[in-house]
Amino acid sequence: MLNFVVRRLLGMLPVLLAVSLLTFLIASLLPGDLALVILGDQATPENVAALRRDMGLDQPLWWRYLSWLGHVLQGDLGRSFRTGQTVLQAVAERIPVSLQLMLMAEFIGLLIGVPIAIACAARAGGAFDRFMTGSAFAMLSMPSFLVAILLIYLFAVELRWLPATGYVPFTEAPLANLRFFVLPALTLALAEWPGIMRVLRSDMIATLQEDYIALAKAKGLKPSRILFVHALKPSSLTLVTVTGINIGRLLGGTLIVESIFALPGIGRLLVGAIYTRDLVILQGVVLLVACGFVIVNFIVDMLYAVLDPRIRHGHA
Amino acid sequence: MSAPLLSIEDVAVELPTPRGNLRAVDHVDLSLQAGRTLGIVGESGCGKTMLSRAVLQLLPKKAKLTGRVMFDGEDLVRLEPESLRRLRGRDLAVVFQDPMTSLNPVLTIGTQLMETIQEHLELDAPAAKARSIELLAAVGIPAPEQRLAQYPHQCSGGMRQRIAIAIALSCEPKLLIADEPTTALDVTIQAQILDLLAREQRRRHMAMIIITHDLGVVAGRADEVAVMYAGRVVERAPTQALFKRMHMPYTEALLAAIPKLETAPHTPLPAISGRPPDPTRPLKGCSFAPRCHYATGRCHEAKPVLTSAEMRGHLYACFHPIRMTEGIGA
Repeated sequence: MLNFVVRRLLGMLPVLLAVSLLTFLIASLLPGDLALVILGDQATPENVAALRRDMGLDQPLWWRYLSWLGHVLQGDLGRSFRTGQTVLQAVAERIPVSLQLMLMAEFIGLLIGVPIAIACAARAGGAFDRFMTGSAFAMLSMPSFLVAILLIYLFAVELRWLPATGYVPFTEAPLANLRFFVLPALTLALAEWPGIMRVLRSDMIATLQEDYIALAKAKGLKPSRILFVHALKPSSLTLVTVTGINIGRLLGGTLIVESIFALPGIGRLLVGAIYTRDLVILQGVVLLVACGFVIVNFIVDMLYAVLDPRIRHGHA
Repeated sequence: MSAPLLSIEDVAVELPTPRGNLRAVDHVDLSLQAGRTLGIVGESGCGKTMLSRAVLQLLPKKAKLTGRVMFDGEDLVRLEPESLRRLRGRDLAVVFQDPMTSLNPVLTIGTQLMETIQEHLELDAPAAKARSIELLAAVGIPAPEQRLAQYPHQCSGGMRQRIAIAIALSCEPKLLIADEPTTALDVTIQAQILDLLAREQRRRHMAMIIITHDLGVVAGRADEVAVMYAGRVVERAPTQALFKRMHMPYTEALLAAIPKLETAPHTPLPAISGRPPDPTRPLKGCSFAPRCHYATGRCHEAKPVLTSAEMRGHLYACFHPIRMTEGIGA
């Protein structure tokens, strides 16, 4: 098992290196001179040249990459030239919001998707299965901004149960904080559950055809035990992958949902950085989010081993 | 004779396929006394596995089953799901063909053994564990206590089949159905597994059905043999009588297809030529007629029914029964 962990960790290194190179290139190859952006179009060519020298922009690309990477490895991702905030500060400020949104959305998504998937697979082809598969399709085809607006209309405007927009930190007012998060999390979850449900449903249906399920029936086990103990675990590998990808994606914040519900998360930080051409923030945030994605996928790999002993023992 | 433990009465199984209904089992009657062994023999696709699934009520959802399966006084076909569940695993157990797929890969051997025991017997966890260790030892697993924490993939094929047998035996069933229990195993292991089954059967006085394509498997082990072809029982007899005088040309062909030691090297085996009939298009006459050396016009026109031979308990379905006077291997 330790061997397995070390192998996977080493495998992450080239990925992370490639990610850093790509994020650097994206920011560096964007058209427009960063020095000019900072100084504005009234600046004299001498001033621009001086700032370029100060920022090292006159150096060759590979040198700039290496020096940036050197700083990154020391934990210095740079500083916004607009707010003076470091990338780490800016991200640290926003990440709890995106993290909470991600966790709540994924939790609600699984809460809706998993039971429906199991119920559908248990009677595949039945009325409930057909209805739910159809509903999942319908939900998948609804864009999140539409779902968000419908939810706001229903729960904030008509029923007045929940606030439409806003945010307070959990540490200040836990209950109010949760109320602010319900609608955005639900918006995301409504887009997540169809994927969760369809993946788990089809894996469950395949598992239920297995010999060992026939044997479990022949052993006289209760139907619930067959579904939850014998069928769910071997069927959940794809589900874990999908959930991992979802989490990785939501980790980077969700531009649309955070914007609609006015949540100060990573998504809005990125949008802001793009609008103001704050390349340092953009570069740093993209790098951190990408690293987060890689780490989440590493955790997913570890979960495979927990779910399937054959992977743990190096048989698969 | 007392009432049989199992009696299969006029059982037919039909499976809907895109090409029409497939008659997998065609009105079969069989019975088995407590403590006895019945061998069901036939080539692939003859319906022997479907018949066993019909007894276990494990047919695919779309399959249509008619007839009665009387087990210990109850008709399994019409039994409530909950009563059926209590019966399965306790009184009625099964060992499947392939131990590589019949054990759950993500659950430990201990879990898979103990869950059956705790489902049907009123034992707490330590008692169920002790019984599991006992069972593993009985089926010849060394260091049974360590095995409990292991997963199926950590055991060899033969080992896994022994574990599957331990699971089947765990609640002292009255009937054990072994569906090709040795087909997926190495030849060296096959005899061991069959001997293990025979020994445990005697010790526990349970009835057993051995399903196989190999007449050699049932030769010394079954009390009675039923030969199936195209979903029907075509010959049925006490084992000794069958091997002494087989009447059905198909049975003879099955036996001839087994390699023998005395045969000179490079002699082609007398394989049964042709293929079984398409089960979605039943023949008017005897289903073996197209492949049979003895077939006449009558065989293609009418279906022979199971008739009694001069010896009691020996049934065959053939218009031109052969009279073999020689014994086995002669």
